[in-house]
Amino acid sequence: MNLEYFFSLFLGGMTRGSIYALIALGYTMVYGIIKLINFAHGEIYMIGAFTALIIGGALSLTSMNPVAIFIIAAIVAIVYSAAYGYTIEKIAYKPLRNAPRLSALISAIGVSIFLQNYVLLSQTSDFLPFPNLLPEFGFLKPVENFLSTTQFLILLSTAVVMILLTILIKFTKMGKAMRATAQDQQMAQLVGINVNRVISMTFIIGSATAALGGVLITTHIGQINFYIGFIAGIKAFVAAVLGGIGSIPGAVLGSFVLGLTESFGTGYISSDYEDAFAFIILILILIFKPSGLLGRKENEKV
Amino acid sequence: MKKILVVLLFTSVLLAGLVSCKKDSGTIKIGVAGAHSGDLASYGLPTVKAAELVAEMYNANGGVLGKQIELVIEDDVCKPEVATNTAAKLVGEGVVAVVGHICSGATKAALGIYKDEELITISPSATNPPLTKSGDYPNFFRTIAPDDAQAQVEVDFVADVLDLKKVAIIHDKGDYGKGFATFCQDMLNDKGGIEIVMFEGIQVGAVDYSAIINKLGASGADGVIFGGYHPEASKLISQMKKKKIDIPFLSEDGVKDDTFIKVAAEFAEGVYATGPVDTTSNPMAIKAAEDHVAKYGEEPGAFFLNAYAATVALLNAIEKAGSTDFDDISAAMKSEYVETPLGKISFDKAGDAIGVGFAVYQVQNGAFVELK
Repeated sequence: MNLEYFFSLFLGGMTRGSIYALIALGYTMVYGIIKLINFAHGEIYMIGAFTALIIGGALSLTSMNPVAIFIIAAIVAIVYSAAYGYTIEKIAYKPLRNAPRLSALISAIGVSIFLQNYVLLSQTSDFLPFPNLLPEFGFLKPVENFLSTTQFLILLSTAVVMILLTILIKFTKMGKAMRATAQDQQMAQLVGINVNRVISMTFIIGSATAALGGVLITTHIGQINFYIGFIAGIKAFVAAVLGGIGSIPGAVLGSFVLGLTESFGTGYISSDYEDAFAFIILILILIFKPSGLLGRKENEKV
Repeated sequence: MKKILVVLLFTSVLLAGLVSCKKDSGTIKIGVAGAHSGDLASYGLPTVKAAELVAEMYNANGGVLGKQIELVIEDDVCKPEVATNTAAKLVGEGVVAVVGHICSGATKAALGIYKDEELITISPSATNPPLTKSGDYPNFFRTIAPDDAQAQVEVDFVADVLDLKKVAIIHDKGDYGKGFATFCQDMLNDKGGIEIVMFEGIQVGAVDYSAIINKLGASGADGVIFGGYHPEASKLISQMKKKKIDIPFLSEDGVKDDTFIKVAAEFAEGVYATGPVDTTSNPMAIKAAEDHVAKYGEEPGAFFLNAYAATVALLNAIEKAGSTDFDDISAAMKSEYVETPLGKISFDKAGDAIGVGFAVYQVQNGAFVELK
């Protein structure tokens, strides 16, 4: 088929992949450091979207510039969700840090269910429209057939987040502490790293990127409800596993592979099997590379 | 000592069971089941209100067969796996008939249980055709026309009014949406002259739909029929419009809901959806809506009049039958005509309402308007 169609699908897949990546980062970072699959992570994404909606909705009643409203809403949402991430860790995971891993996992599922129902009860079960705050960018006019303003924004933000995160982890003191904690928590503690702070920081960063994903997707799709975190969370989790859970570049790569597979699968074969393609890819990769695309092989200690 | 205790406990449990079975509360219990919470609560709650209003009206006039009506309201969240529990609960409560369920999938799941218990079930909104036409559920009635009636209206509109040549059909893979899409496909094929360029299901709740929208744009369709509910419809239409794919978007009753217009906002403008014929000029419908406003302080929601008609038809049949026996009510449902907000209706052998039909609506200036 023609090239323009191919590019549309490619960019659609990349957009989707970017959203998955922003969520998957949180899964993979948390797993890398405390070996916990944080199932409440999808809910953080949903809370980010809701906060942006509430702030954006309230401010759009004033005569402020829509772009400024969007930026304020996004920042508030990110800070607020980061606070959620921090609090959840302190309440639900920290007391269980030395308990069997299964207990913390169950705790995570509990938090997830709690947050969904909390938003359902405190907000509404209805789908809510998100105000259209962003203007069409003029310079995208020539490519508007396959790249919309919101898609462009999603791709750009994801790229910026990836770069910042790489810098943070590779070149800052906190990054070094994170890597040390991921390798060996006890040893890190012995050499004077404040492990609790590192773990809190991980949750804050992971929640912030997920919230950013939530804000971006609401502007792209234009509507949300309390349940959006579930499917997005599951997909991002699949992406993280696909790329090798615990590995940050892996999560990003896995997300793009997943997004592109779904997009091309829908475009060239049939959307009836969109989810099936996603999971076929997962199964194939795990058969040939059980630790994921970029995952480290775990050597069993005898 | 222990043994005696066990025996005592055992008998007291047995006795308690007997007592609750024999208890004659002096009321006629009617179950009301449907989605009362979750995504699709806006389809289910109006039915509860309709049933409450009708029951109140009957109770004020001395009830039915000299007994007061008591409603037993149970939520099924529109999920088949929950609906079976809902049904079991209602059976346990000793209801004589059920108004509901709301969604076709949930209704089907619950019907088997009601059939075994010989309970009349009358739905205001479950439109899946086999529910009546398969003949599997002699206990099932409905006050809404089945999907294929709706698809027929939609297909006629596509061919004769809009005069489309290439149609894309998208559905949500659910019982209701896919059922509707398949009817449209079959009827369009039978009709001839219209090419179906695409027939695909989408993932409910997916992060976005850009791939399917791109595919739709590339397919060269000059119109799209969607089978499913309003959350997906509003995502599809807004992404279509943002992609500048400006072709008629036609859907059905699952989309003809004010929530759709609220969420899709300016993108909803011009969307077509089939729905039950407008009955707002019917005096009984006007009175029902006024009562609703007086009691609940808001305009009634989706399927309110169907539910009102269903409850009226059911209570009327019980009154006419002179008993709460399954066979008597069933016979009365099929033989008696009754005045309802939908007009004068009765039921055919399969359980479908005679005198209830569909029309095409379009969103104009932020409201669904019936096209004549």
